[in-house]
Amino acid sequence: MTSASTSGTLLRMRGIVKQFPGVRALDGVDLDVVAGEVHCLLGQNGAGKSTLIKVLAGAHRPDAGELEWDGRRVSFSSPHDADVAGIATIHQELDLVPGLSVAENVVLGHEPARLGFTRPAGAERTARALLRRLGHPEIPAGREVGRLPAAGQQVVSLARALSRNARLIVMDEPSAVLDSEEVDNLFRVVRELTESGVAVVYISHRLEEIRRIGDRVTVLKDGRTVARNLPARTTPTAEIIRLMTGRNVEYALPERGPTPTGEVVLEVDRLGRKGEFSDVSFTVRAGEIVGLAGLVGSGRSEILETIYGARKASAGSVRVRGRALRGGSVPAAVRAGLGLCPEERKSQALLLAEPVYRNVSLPVLSRFARAGFVRTDIERRDAAVATGQLDVRPADPMRAVRTLSGGNQQKVVLARWLLTGCSVLLLDEPTRGVDVGARGEIYALVRELARQGVAVVLVSSDVPEVLGLADRVLVVREGRVVHQAPGGELDEARVLDLVMEGSRG
Amino acid sequence: MSVSDAERQVEAAKRQAVAHEAATEAAAREAALEAADTPVRRRIPELAGLLDTGAGRNLGLVAVLGVLCVIGIATADTFATTANLLTILTSASIIGVLTVGVTMVIIGGGIDLSVGKVMALASVWSTTVATQSYGPVVMVACALAVGAGAGLVNGVLVAYGRIVPFIVTLAMLISAQGLAEQISGKRSQIVTDPAIAAIASTRLLGIPLLVYIFALVVAVGWVVLNRTTFGRRTFAIGGNPEAARLAGLDVRRHTVLLYVVSGLCCGIAAVMITSLTTTGSSTHGTLYELDAIAAVIIGGTLLSGGRGTLIGSILGVLVFTTITNLFVLNNLATEVQNIAKGAIIVAAVLFQSRAQRNSP
Repeated sequence: MTSASTSGTLLRMRGIVKQFPGVRALDGVDLDVVAGEVHCLLGQNGAGKSTLIKVLAGAHRPDAGELEWDGRRVSFSSPHDADVAGIATIHQELDLVPGLSVAENVVLGHEPARLGFTRPAGAERTARALLRRLGHPEIPAGREVGRLPAAGQQVVSLARALSRNARLIVMDEPSAVLDSEEVDNLFRVVRELTESGVAVVYISHRLEEIRRIGDRVTVLKDGRTVARNLPARTTPTAEIIRLMTGRNVEYALPERGPTPTGEVVLEVDRLGRKGEFSDVSFTVRAGEIVGLAGLVGSGRSEILETIYGARKASAGSVRVRGRALRGGSVPAAVRAGLGLCPEERKSQALLLAEPVYRNVSLPVLSRFARAGFVRTDIERRDAAVATGQLDVRPADPMRAVRTLSGGNQQKVVLARWLLTGCSVLLLDEPTRGVDVGARGEIYALVRELARQGVAVVLVSSDVPEVLGLADRVLVVREGRVVHQAPGGELDEARVLDLVMEGSRG
Repeated sequence: MSVSDAERQVEAAKRQAVAHEAATEAAAREAALEAADTPVRRRIPELAGLLDTGAGRNLGLVAVLGVLCVIGIATADTFATTANLLTILTSASIIGVLTVGVTMVIIGGGIDLSVGKVMALASVWSTTVATQSYGPVVMVACALAVGAGAGLVNGVLVAYGRIVPFIVTLAMLISAQGLAEQISGKRSQIVTDPAIAAIASTRLLGIPLLVYIFALVVAVGWVVLNRTTFGRRTFAIGGNPEAARLAGLDVRRHTVLLYVVSGLCCGIAAVMITSLTTTGSSTHGTLYELDAIAAVIIGGTLLSGGRGTLIGSILGVLVFTTITNLFVLNNLATEVQNIAKGAIIVAAVLFQSRAQRNSP
């Protein structure tokens, strides 16, 4: 009995730790996967799921902890090692080559060849056999992958994993891009795989799916395993949500002030964008913080970017202080007093090689110019005042932004909008990649800006953050606002219940 | 009498150069000894830090230029004469003007392959019988307008047509060549107006007017890049277009303007080459775009945009022109010269990427 169960344990992880500069992404993760099971990994955004998958796939080397594969201690130093061992990962962004055919993608990296010449017929035969096994003989092996629908691409990814005789397949939110019929088909394939002894690690935010397909559940929170090997079908939802939430808040959220009663600054009216979100309406008063809670891909960031004009709305309108904002124009939005701290700080907001002061002054450069000539002394002085108010450290405006920590980089972006004197501040994941200490500071800053009369819209995957900061919370799911309530009247479990309802709704 | 004076000057310069070389060598030896004492790891970031700054990278090029001069002085008696130095500067001036435009486009995240043939087109268009009949002012205005117009087409296609700059400007290179051939009927158009020819033959204080024009374009380009909002936004857009867009900059309009500036430089260069050769011809400027881009690259500008210096590009032009000059003075074949140029490009880029990797 004992020997049977040990021989069945395919993967054993103990005390895995992974440290990134400023963040301990994994802080003691345990995971056991048995051959032939669907093992579900649950946790909120930032709980460490993605990092854990990358450790499994050999993309990250853990700083501490043990990894046992098939009864032997191993350490993967590259994705190739994991591949050879028989671990395949299907990432959220599918890692297929869109310009190659289905067959070429399936055999990529181990193409059947003789004397260095590929054998396309052999590749097509392999691909066709695998597609048939996966129940999709209708996918043409010669078709370019980029021209397949999302579900088809997912099947190709699976076929690729199988072509390497993978014994463990990690699926990172595979259902996010699928409709319900395609999900049914995916589940059928997963069941067939597990019946043949392949283990699947399944990540999803949709509890309903986990109940249908999962065998056991491991819950992560703040980089740690908080519960291991729970039965997927019978563990009560309340219990799972309790495990995922109830974090020890290590940072102080500032005290909430009285309900803001300033004039309405931002009016969003039935705003929509084809295929992303629709019928979003809300208003924000001066001094008010409105939070949008939702999962990645729920449309929150898209709503924010559309308000800002970085995306063009296909329906509805945005008004600032009663005046309609021209759609699809960021310069018009900035002139009207909007500011955005985008989701991806490094790629969307900062000039990393440039000094702090140039990053701060970018939107209002012409203010420091006479006849087109920049008066650098004034520019530097005013930028230093703004970064000084936000306590950017080190307090050196000449320093290249890339040498700053995540928290201080975020403050540089905030300083930019402080300098423009914007009246509407749109914050997208303002504390992502920011360490605990700087988080508290950023919360205090956002509150302070609101107190000074700025209207704030906050998007975050961190539910306690939204609940703690926002005066009013809008819950977004699949491109729609499904619930609206004052921040004080919601709790984390209720919000999670709303955002994760998924296919149950 | 004056000839021997000049010779004596050259001798003195040579001696000075040699003395300087010796001094630098001694300093280098000293530094090396010191370096042996201090941990190597500590010194590399320092060096990389210096190379990381625009001035540091330019120092490398100045050193290369210095070495080339030493070789010139050692191998050809006529190298260090005023006449020869002016020859170098004059032959650098036309490519130099083109390089100013190309540098700005590349820093702004684009590329302009069309400059050589846009210049040829502008020279042809401004020297047709019809244009010449309106006199020199209209001829110059025509050259500038044709250059700027071609740049406008490039810019609009890149920014609003969302076609890759490489393709847009390659297409412009080909069609500008075709249009120039069609207008001129593949014949050289002789300039009859003495005022145009006078541009190249005029000297002020012994220095050709072309060199002044070159210097002026460089000076204006430098000021625009380093002192104006336009220049600052060029760096921002080249460094991170998405961040620039989300900060509220009008990235597309700015991109159009960058290509117009490059086209305008082509127009100026067209006037210069027309005057120098007293002809407008579709054969002008063949492969000039590659020389200009090569100069920008060895000048330390990132081909991906966002970082670079105009001074580096100009030093790059001077390095290439000096090499050509050395080969001519020593009666060496141009084939070897091109091999040397290619080697220098690779060496410069290798050097820069090393320096970059070592910097934090």
